[in-house]
Amino acid sequence: MLQLEGIEKTYRMGKSSLRVLKGIDLTIEKGEMVSIMGPSGSGKSTLLNVLGILDAYDGGEYRLDGTLMKGLSERRAAHYRNQFLGFVFQSFHLVPFKNAMENVALPLYYQKVGRRQRNRTAMEHLERVGLADWANHRPSEMSGGQQQRVAIARSLITQPKVILADEPTGALDTQTSREVMDILKGVHEGGTTVVIVTHEHDISEMTQRVIHLRDGLIESSERTTHGHGPASPPTGGYEGPVSAESVAAGD
Amino acid sequence: MFDLDNWSEIWAALSSNKLRTLVTAFGVFWGIFMLMLLLGSGKGLENGISAGFEGEAKNSFFIWTRRTTKPYRGLPAGRSFDMNNGDAEAVQHLVPEVAVVSPRNQLGGFRGGNNVTRDGKAGGFNVMGDYPQIRDVMSIPVPEGRFLDPFDIQDRRKVAVIGNRVQEILYEPGEEAIGSYLRINGVDFKVVGVTVPMQQGEDAQSEAETIYIPFTTFQRAFNYGDTVGWLTLTSQPEIRASVAQEKVLALLKDRHRVDPEDDRAFGSWNTEDEYLKVLGLFAGIRLLVWIVGIGTLAAGVIGVSNIMLIVVKERTPEIGLRRAIGATPFSITRQVLLEAMALTALAGYVGLLAGIGVIEAARVALLEAGQDLQMFQNPSVSLDDALLALAVLIVAGGLAGLIPARRAVGISPMEALRA
Repeated sequence: MLQLEGIEKTYRMGKSSLRVLKGIDLTIEKGEMVSIMGPSGSGKSTLLNVLGILDAYDGGEYRLDGTLMKGLSERRAAHYRNQFLGFVFQSFHLVPFKNAMENVALPLYYQKVGRRQRNRTAMEHLERVGLADWANHRPSEMSGGQQQRVAIARSLITQPKVILADEPTGALDTQTSREVMDILKGVHEGGTTVVIVTHEHDISEMTQRVIHLRDGLIESSERTTHGHGPASPPTGGYEGPVSAESVAAGD
Repeated sequence: MFDLDNWSEIWAALSSNKLRTLVTAFGVFWGIFMLMLLLGSGKGLENGISAGFEGEAKNSFFIWTRRTTKPYRGLPAGRSFDMNNGDAEAVQHLVPEVAVVSPRNQLGGFRGGNNVTRDGKAGGFNVMGDYPQIRDVMSIPVPEGRFLDPFDIQDRRKVAVIGNRVQEILYEPGEEAIGSYLRINGVDFKVVGVTVPMQQGEDAQSEAETIYIPFTTFQRAFNYGDTVGWLTLTSQPEIRASVAQEKVLALLKDRHRVDPEDDRAFGSWNTEDEYLKVLGLFAGIRLLVWIVGIGTLAAGVIGVSNIMLIVVKERTPEIGLRRAIGATPFSITRQVLLEAMALTALAGYVGLLAGIGVIEAARVALLEAGQDLQMFQNPSVSLDDALLALAVLIVAGGLAGLIPARRAVGISPMEALRA
């Protein structure tokens, strides 16, 4: 589903430049649930932005569902994001002056779906995350967990092939984190590819595979013992077979 | 553009921060409102001053005699002389630039002694000896009866057309004036018409207290011989009054043996010079109004663009999110643009209506207050001016939105999300 070959990304600020991704090779299969971990500055958010076509990359090739994503016009990129991808952010990014239903319906607005159809679909998705009763509330009237569930419903409404979540539980307490993760796992079980960036081990433990990034390179890629069970204590070490495509690249 | 969803998005964005929207809208509203008031007041002033010229031909001029100031062909300086009937005929025949010549004579005058009596009542009025063509030079409306006619002149009839003030003083209220008799300096005249002056202020008062009698009758009845008090004239339509005036003066100087260089032997006055001065004044007023108006408009537009800059900056994360979920740069630009334009158009329209409303109210109030305000009449704004101002504002609002919109889509969605 997602194929990266030698992805490089350098940020330039005036004369100084910062190499954030130094050649990432990574394949994420269709229907996989993967977490990306790493210390801050390791490039995990940048990697997610590249995966989400939110940011351009300098070298290498990125294929989404077999299509090369390179040198896209902003218009094409917007189209692909709308068609293939769903985003979940740490700070939710709900539109403050829209109610929950309107927020969920927003991606369909850009697909030119009619208002009535849009709102009906949005209600169905709100029901899936258990917030049908909150449809007419604005984000400011909801708890963080509820807001994140609205954001997840929004990311699902276009029936994307991939959900990209950037620290989805970063702003939530343990209990609501679990609820959000349960929903994401449900999404995964429905056959959608899910990629989560996190720095919490008990979150990554709930995924099928953990990719560790360090200094812009993949340090390791390990399968967890069970994808969907209760969180097991962090193991830290190398465990299980490394899939062929996820060998750490060192140059 | 006319998609309901679009407009509900715009409405949601504008109503999400009501104070900011209101303040911006007020800036635009105020700009247009002030412009409308300025234009309306300028027009009112123009109308008021124009009304002062109403009833007078714009190409009329007047010539009277004074004393000579230079000796000429054996005649001394300081000589006084009068014009006569032959002068009027000569001007009519020899100066093709002149359209109308109407000689006049006057008895009595402003606040003069009593010269007119009727049934034991008396008053001091201006008694004018006139030709019918005086009405080609100035307007003398006669709502009741008739004005002087050529037969009155020819037969030297003892008829009079009186001002409405004369009627008020010499007649009982409701009494019929036409057909009655007045005694002017001991001579009886039959009233054939009543005039109501069109002008305002002092001029109107003096006209309302005027009695018009045939010029020929005047000369005979009051022993004026063939003396002419002064000439009132108009130039041919395409000839400037000042040009005709020069020709007439040259002719009259020749006829009365006055040095052609003696500029003070004849007095003269022409409406055209005055009118041109006033036209220049109007042009000045209009220029001032537009300079000030464009200034206020510009202030409004700058206000809108400033607010749009802030709005877009504030909403950059929202714009980033919209792009992340599939908004194209075009749809973002369009939305910001439409927001700015909708706001300026709506506020501008309200300002337009309010401005026109105030001007209309002022107009009605002025009408009800009577004609006391001579210099200010009938303020109004032309629809063209109003629409032009609004169009300028909407285009400017669009431009004001365009710059921040382009900036908002110029950065990557990720940067926008982080902002």
